[in-house]
Amino acid sequence: MVQASSVEVRNVDKFYGPFQALKNVSLSIPAGKVTCLIGPSGSGKSTLLRCMNFLEEYDRGEIRIDGKLIGYDAPGRKMSARNLRQMRRSIGMVFQQFNLWPHMTAQENVAEGLVRVRGMSKPEAMARAATELGKVGLADKLGNYPSRLSGGQQQRVAIARAVAMEPKLMLFDEPTSALDPELVGEVLNVMKALAAAGMTMVVVTHEMGFAAHVADQVAFLEKGELVAVDSPAGIFHAPKDERIWNFLRTYNERNSF
Amino acid sequence: MFSSKIFLESFEPLMWAARYTLLVSGLGIAVGLVIGALICMASMSKSGFLRGFAAVWVSYLRGVPMLVQLLVVYYLLPVIGIDVPAIVAAVGTTAIVASAYISEIWRGAINALPKGQAEAAVAIGMAPGDVWRRVVLPQAVSLSLPALINELILLVKASSLVSVVGIMEITRASQAQAGSTFRPLEVYLAAACVYLAINLCLAALGRYLEHRMAV
Repeated sequence: MVQASSVEVRNVDKFYGPFQALKNVSLSIPAGKVTCLIGPSGSGKSTLLRCMNFLEEYDRGEIRIDGKLIGYDAPGRKMSARNLRQMRRSIGMVFQQFNLWPHMTAQENVAEGLVRVRGMSKPEAMARAATELGKVGLADKLGNYPSRLSGGQQQRVAIARAVAMEPKLMLFDEPTSALDPELVGEVLNVMKALAAAGMTMVVVTHEMGFAAHVADQVAFLEKGELVAVDSPAGIFHAPKDERIWNFLRTYNERNSF
Repeated sequence: MFSSKIFLESFEPLMWAARYTLLVSGLGIAVGLVIGALICMASMSKSGFLRGFAAVWVSYLRGVPMLVQLLVVYYLLPVIGIDVPAIVAAVGTTAIVASAYISEIWRGAINALPKGQAEAAVAIGMAPGDVWRRVVLPQAVSLSLPALINELILLVKASSLVSVVGIMEITRASQAQAGSTFRPLEVYLAAACVYLAINLCLAALGRYLEHRMAV
C-alpha cells in the first residue's frame, strides 16, 4: 500500500481574463480512492486538475492537500516557489501528450527527477528507474529514446517517471486521449494496478468504461460548474441532472456502431 | 586572357588573410553567443525594463547596416576618448550585431518547445535552474543549431566589411593583390573560392552536428 493524500477543493474560481473557467467548484477527494472528472470539452475538468498542483493558478477559494493549502500561504498571498516545489514533490502528474524529454532515454527520463529533486546519486537513480520501468512492463526498453517507443509505451514511461517520485497523489490529464485505440488498454491496466495499490488518483478522462469500472466516485463538470459528484452507478445509470444525461447520450451515440 | 598562374598564385596570400576572416567571424560568433544569450534572457524576463532594452538592442542592430555600425563604432569611439585598435572595433561590432540575431534565434527555439516539456519538470518539483539546464536548453540548442550555423556563414561573409577599417582579411587582401597585379578577375575569383571553401566546411560541420544531436 502507498501512503495516500486526500484533496479538498472548496469554492474555487478560475478566470482567464473575463472568461470564468471554474465557477465555485467544491469537491472532496478521499485518500486512496479514484476520482474521475468527466464532462464535455471546455468544461473545466483539466483546469480543475491542473489547479490541484498549481500548474494553473486558481483565483479564489481553497485547494488543500492533506489539509495544507496549495499555492497560497493565505488567501491572496502566494506561497514561496520553494514551498510550492516541496508540495509538488508528492504530487505526480501524467499528461495527455506524455511530455517525455526527447533528449533522454526512458531510463534517464525516470531517473532525472530522482537525481535533481530527490537528491539521489546517478547510479542509485538509474537502478531505481529500471525497477519502476519494469513495473510498467518496459524492462526491455530502458535505453530507448521516446521517439523509439509507441504512444502507449511512452505514456507508461511517463507514469513510471511520476510514480518513481513516490507521490501520495496522482493527477492524470486525459492520459489515453492521444493514444491509438489499441494502445489504450495497456495504459489503463497500469493505472488500475496503481489504483489497486491504494494510490489517490484524480483522472480526467473520456474513457467512460474506466470511469464506470475503476472509479470510486465520478464528478461531472460542464461550463466550469461541478454539476454532480456521485458513485459511477449513480452517474451512469441514474443521472440526476439532464446535462449528464445529454452528455452520456452524445457519448453513446458516438461510440456505438 | 585569363591567367591561371596568377589565379593560383593568389591563393597563398589570400589563405594567409583568411586568418583574419576566421578570427573576426569566429570571435564574433563566440562573443555574440554569450551576449545573445544575455539579450535573450532579457527579452524573456519579467522586468519590463529589460524586455524594452532587449527590444531596442535587437531592432537597432538589425535595422542599421553592419557597415554603417562599424564606421560609427570606429569613428565614434576616438571622439569620446576611447582609442581602440581596428581589430577590436571589428570583432566587437561583429559580435554585437551577431548577438541581436542570435538572441532572436534562441528565443525562437525556446518558444518552439512544447509548453509541456517544462511543465513535466515543474510538476515533479524541479527547481527553475534545473528545468532550464536539463530540459529547456539542451533541446533549444539542438533546435537552434541549423540557424546558428547559418548565422556563422553569414558572419564569415559579412566579415568582408571590416576591410573598410583596414583589417587585412580576405577581401582587403584581394583588393591589395588586385592592385599590385593588375589582374582583378583572377584575384577576386580566387577570393571567392576561399570564401566558398570556408563556408562549405561550415555547412558540412553543421550537418554533422545536426545529425549527431538529432534524437
